[in-house]
Amino acid sequence: MLQFLSSEGKIVNKKGLPKIAAKELKRIYELMVLSRVFDDIALKLQREGRMLTFASLLGQEASQVASSVVFENDDWFVPTYRDHGVLLARGFPLKGLYLYYAGDERGMEIPKEIQALPPTIPIGSHIPHAVGIAWAQKLQKRKSVCAVYFGEGSTSKGDFHEGINFAGVFKVPCIFICQNNQWAISVPTSRQTASESFVKKAEACGIEGVLVDGNDALAVYKATKDACDKARKGGGPTFIECYTYRLESHTTADDWKRYRSQKEVDSWKRKDPLLRLAKYMKKEKLLSKKEEKEIFDSAQQKVKEEVAEFEATPLPKAEDMFKYIP
Amino acid sequence: MPILNLVEAIRTTLEQEMARDPKIILLGEDVGKNGGVFRVTEGLWQKFGQERVIDTPLAEVGIMGVSIGLAVAGLRPVPEVQFDGFSLPMLDQLYNHAARIKRRSQGKYSCPLVLRVPHGGGIKAYEHHSESLETFFCYIPGLKVLAPSRPYNAKGLLVSALRETSPVIFLEPKKVYRAIKEEVPEEPYALPLCKADLVQEGKDVTIIAWGALQRVVLSAAEDLVDKYSIEIIDLLSLAPLDKETILRSVKKTGRCVIVQEAPKTCGFGSELAAVIQEEAILNLKAPVLRVAGPNTAMPLARLENYYIPDKEKIIVAVEKVMAF
Repeated sequence: MLQFLSSEGKIVNKKGLPKIAAKELKRIYELMVLSRVFDDIALKLQREGRMLTFASLLGQEASQVASSVVFENDDWFVPTYRDHGVLLARGFPLKGLYLYYAGDERGMEIPKEIQALPPTIPIGSHIPHAVGIAWAQKLQKRKSVCAVYFGEGSTSKGDFHEGINFAGVFKVPCIFICQNNQWAISVPTSRQTASESFVKKAEACGIEGVLVDGNDALAVYKATKDACDKARKGGGPTFIECYTYRLESHTTADDWKRYRSQKEVDSWKRKDPLLRLAKYMKKEKLLSKKEEKEIFDSAQQKVKEEVAEFEATPLPKAEDMFKYIP
Repeated sequence: MPILNLVEAIRTTLEQEMARDPKIILLGEDVGKNGGVFRVTEGLWQKFGQERVIDTPLAEVGIMGVSIGLAVAGLRPVPEVQFDGFSLPMLDQLYNHAARIKRRSQGKYSCPLVLRVPHGGGIKAYEHHSESLETFFCYIPGLKVLAPSRPYNAKGLLVSALRETSPVIFLEPKKVYRAIKEEVPEEPYALPLCKADLVQEGKDVTIIAWGALQRVVLSAAEDLVDKYSIEIIDLLSLAPLDKETILRSVKKTGRCVIVQEAPKTCGFGSELAAVIQEEAILNLKAPVLRVAGPNTAMPLARLENYYIPDKEKIIVAVEKVMAF
């Protein structure tokens, strides 16, 4: 498993350590903080009845943010309902996400400058779309690539197998980012596969697979950057398994205490991707206590503003359901 | 004017439209070198190359799913499923995604694709090769479902489908593929997507059908020519539905027989009957009758002729509404 940072933020492996400019690393940290604050407020809004069912990304910030920052503006993203960190990192408005999870379709509006599909809910059904999008780049001689995000549960679906198989056969510039967060609602990885890992599934399709510590932003960054560069050069797809953990319940409609132990959750809290990166950056003098606070405050402020905008949005009109009929 | 069968009409239309629009690509199982199991795409791989006529892995969900991605990202894919019975795994992709992506993206993306589906029975094929599944497609809001019955209307409808911005299901009646030839103009022409064909005017009873059964209706009407004045409607487009033509006709004749190959319960004919009673009940002189496949699985070849509505069953239904 590719890993550079220990849980304490110490470098455990120098081989291949990515050279990330201080400014870029700080941006990754800021986006991870923003994702966490966004998520925390979303959970609170839901509990207060100000938003509907919400799937938390808590614990998966590094897998989502440190992977999505390596792409260019013309690249495509195909996320799921848990990948808020991906969309935020690409510049998707927070207000839109709050709206969507409050049951307002207008929240799915994708800004002009972002090439992303709205979050997909039927598990794994979006994977072939990403392959088609990536294939279209290749057929139209464009340099763009496509990144698709999904959980380990998706790999049990036919959609996943059919999609990744197409990607291998046609060598399309698609990067498969599998966040193995250990739980598909209440079902553990041992009930998803008898394979020793999920990344192993890439092998059967003739695709390079990389297993990374998904709570290590540097490892996620490195694996995704390499995969992205390779795809852009015509080297075809890569499957990246980010080994991580879903610290919250599946959604606000779920209760993780029904199927996993406090001990297990606590053990993963000690591997928190955000704290790990902060510790590393402090050691390397890339982040001061003061900056840490400023970043957190600024994320709080941004979320506050976006929530205010979300809540000030007038309700949709009944006739909106007839808009955009194909 | 060229005289073509249905296979040739579809093939030459694809060829002309592909030459016109470089964004059109064909994909599916065996559509390339082999020209498709019905040879509809024969010669196109040789002419346009393997990047535009693409043999894919054997995976219906994959074919449908990647087609959606291709369409969203600027191409105009024309996936083929070999037989309607194999299209069922595609329904998730069609329902949850193809028909919905425009609304899901609040108008940012559209999904211009044409799924070609060899439709219906009557060709003594294997099990699962002879179904009529139009109801499944018609039930999906946002899909257009076209059912050509002859070489001429197939060309005109396919041209329109290939210039549409929404996803289209194109049902090709297998039984008609090589059964008839007719004059088909060389130049492309577009038939409107929501317009039924009033095949024959009459006063006593309206018979509505689509696809391969249109010919069976014609032959039943021929047998009854001295007895009744029969009006015949070929729907051509199931979704959207040309209610205007249907209602105008039924309001005039006061009687209607609907003919479909699919099982009767929840078949598309049920929707037609409902529309007619909702909007023309006071004009009706008899109940609307459905001549349909029975509510059992499509049988294998030796029994399919008992299953698929034939001329006699249509005549019985016409006599029944006339005698009511």
